[in-house]
Amino acid sequence: MTARESGYNFAYLDEQTKRMIRRAILKAVAIPGYQVPFASREMPMPFGWGTGGVQVTAAILGPDDVLKVIDQGADDTTNAVSIRGFFQRTAGVETTEQTEEASIIQTRHRIPETPLKADQILVYQVPIPEPLRFLEPRETETRILHALKDYGLMHVKLYEDIAKHGHIATTYAYPVKVNARYVTDPSPTPKFDNPKMNRMAALQLFGAGREQRIYAIPPDTEVVSLDFEDHPFTVQAWDRPCALCGAIDTFLDEVVTDNEGSRLFVCSDSDHCQKRRDAMQEVS
Amino acid sequence: MYVSVKGGAEAIKSAHKLLEEERRGDPEVPEISTRQIAEQLSLAVDRVMTEGSLYDRSLASLALKQARGDSIEAVFLLRAYRTTLPRFGYANPIDTARMVLNRRISATFKDLPGGQRLGPTFDYTHRLLDFSLEEISEEPPQERCEAESGPAETPPRVTDILGKDGLIEEAADEEGPVGDLTREPLTFPAERDLRLQSLARGDEGFLLALGYSTQRGYARSHPFAGEIRVGLVEVEVFFEELGFAVTIGEIEVTEVQMVNQFKGSKENPPQFTRGYGLTFGYCERKAMAMALVDRALRWRELGEDFVGAPAQDEEFVLAHADNVQATGFVEHLKLPHYVDFQSELELVRKMRREAEAAENHERAAE
Repeated sequence: MTARESGYNFAYLDEQTKRMIRRAILKAVAIPGYQVPFASREMPMPFGWGTGGVQVTAAILGPDDVLKVIDQGADDTTNAVSIRGFFQRTAGVETTEQTEEASIIQTRHRIPETPLKADQILVYQVPIPEPLRFLEPRETETRILHALKDYGLMHVKLYEDIAKHGHIATTYAYPVKVNARYVTDPSPTPKFDNPKMNRMAALQLFGAGREQRIYAIPPDTEVVSLDFEDHPFTVQAWDRPCALCGAIDTFLDEVVTDNEGSRLFVCSDSDHCQKRRDAMQEVS
Repeated sequence: MYVSVKGGAEAIKSAHKLLEEERRGDPEVPEISTRQIAEQLSLAVDRVMTEGSLYDRSLASLALKQARGDSIEAVFLLRAYRTTLPRFGYANPIDTARMVLNRRISATFKDLPGGQRLGPTFDYTHRLLDFSLEEISEEPPQERCEAESGPAETPPRVTDILGKDGLIEEAADEEGPVGDLTREPLTFPAERDLRLQSLARGDEGFLLALGYSTQRGYARSHPFAGEIRVGLVEVEVFFEELGFAVTIGEIEVTEVQMVNQFKGSKENPPQFTRGYGLTFGYCERKAMAMALVDRALRWRELGEDFVGAPAQDEEFVLAHADNVQATGFVEHLKLPHYVDFQSELELVRKMRREAEAAENHERAAE
């Protein structure tokens, strides 16, 4: 454990606020995929920069937890560094960059490539929790649509994609149906990660601070990406392996390496990539 | 060999060191004190207190200093501090009828009990740069204005005078429970108490534009500035143990009561209606704009038509009034979006290939 900032409660939030958030989390777990309103607090980082995830993490974090924070799959991106630093400072907990070692993983835009285990919790930072928001901007309307299980709007949108482009033109924040009930936003993870959400052994918690919503997918819950029988859901694939570790089954980031626009494709999950490279080195 | 980018932690540290240097500016120039800010940039302090929802002049001054004068950043600092403060309880409603007035004007009556009192206003100044302020004056300030002794008793509110004849709708119930959107999530439709709380915390610029739009025909409400009063009010808290209320301090507030024409509807007789604005300190522009927007949002309870104007649209107004939320989400676009962008890149390439193929196919058919 590292030294903890004095003058603030453990993990920044006061205990009453944590209790309020835990209640919302419990309700969210009980109704998988349903967006539970909660009285989101101002955090010392801006709204839209992970305050929902930070509040969820603060509410579930204990002194013995080991925390990993990733952004775009990497531990070293600036905002991941900032959030990890925040919890080191306010909670003094141990942090790690290794997926297997973490008991709580807070993430933005990715699910780690390494499969998660039952004793782990994945906390997503969510900007717009409402999957129907861009089809219907009014909260009063979308709540009714969810209550009536009326997802016609979404199916029409996907159908129009197919009619126009021949395929579904949604590549991230691809809508899923949780436990055969609620259509849910997986946060803007690439659709590549959607299959990992299905029957995941770990608990998945989603926090949207600015929009004041928490939702959850309990362990081993069915998560189906929306599609049509004749247009089944597919994930992105690359026609080349990772330039660093040679993986052919991971999400690759495209890196521009010179002024001529040369490109390189490397794993977005930096921990996974490093592990594979270490293993290769041991073999050779 | 390509090495992936590392060093986020180092970059952050260096950036913050630079920020600290920039904040201080030229070390040859004397550092500004928070007391100077509180005394000489007091309207900036008032705005930060109002939108930060925390009445504390010294903390708001500190926030402004730390934020290099960026008022939204200062509001953010104050709000983030405010969330960590324990909530002891709720004060009684302040009584603005008992305000010690620094300013009080009404645009609806030429003369009225208690009279008009301009107070320290920019109104009627000519907006000419005063170059004498460029130099720090060494002379002691001229004799200060004698506080002209106002009326011994605070004059009644203009809306109360109108209320005696039933010409204006009655004020909202003052006794009922009041919501608190900092403790409970805001849900729609919202009652007026929560709407007013949201507007009071809302961004001055946003409310100014919305209030302005109501004057230009987007939900026109024919407003008159019934009364603007600025001054000190006592804050009282009721203690269960004592069985009575105790004054815990005094705060300066700006209160605006707009009086709006109303033709009457099926439910209500023709009478004047109210739009209400209240801020900490002296934030007259904000309070006036707030009152206009408050009135526009009341179309449903008054049985008026929804004409589709932005200022009438409760979800639109309340969901976007908070500048701390707004600035966070707009500025989050600075964060890396490599992964989503990569997904979009693949999609655009795929669509371009398809478009090209279709074009070739057409050409071949010709």
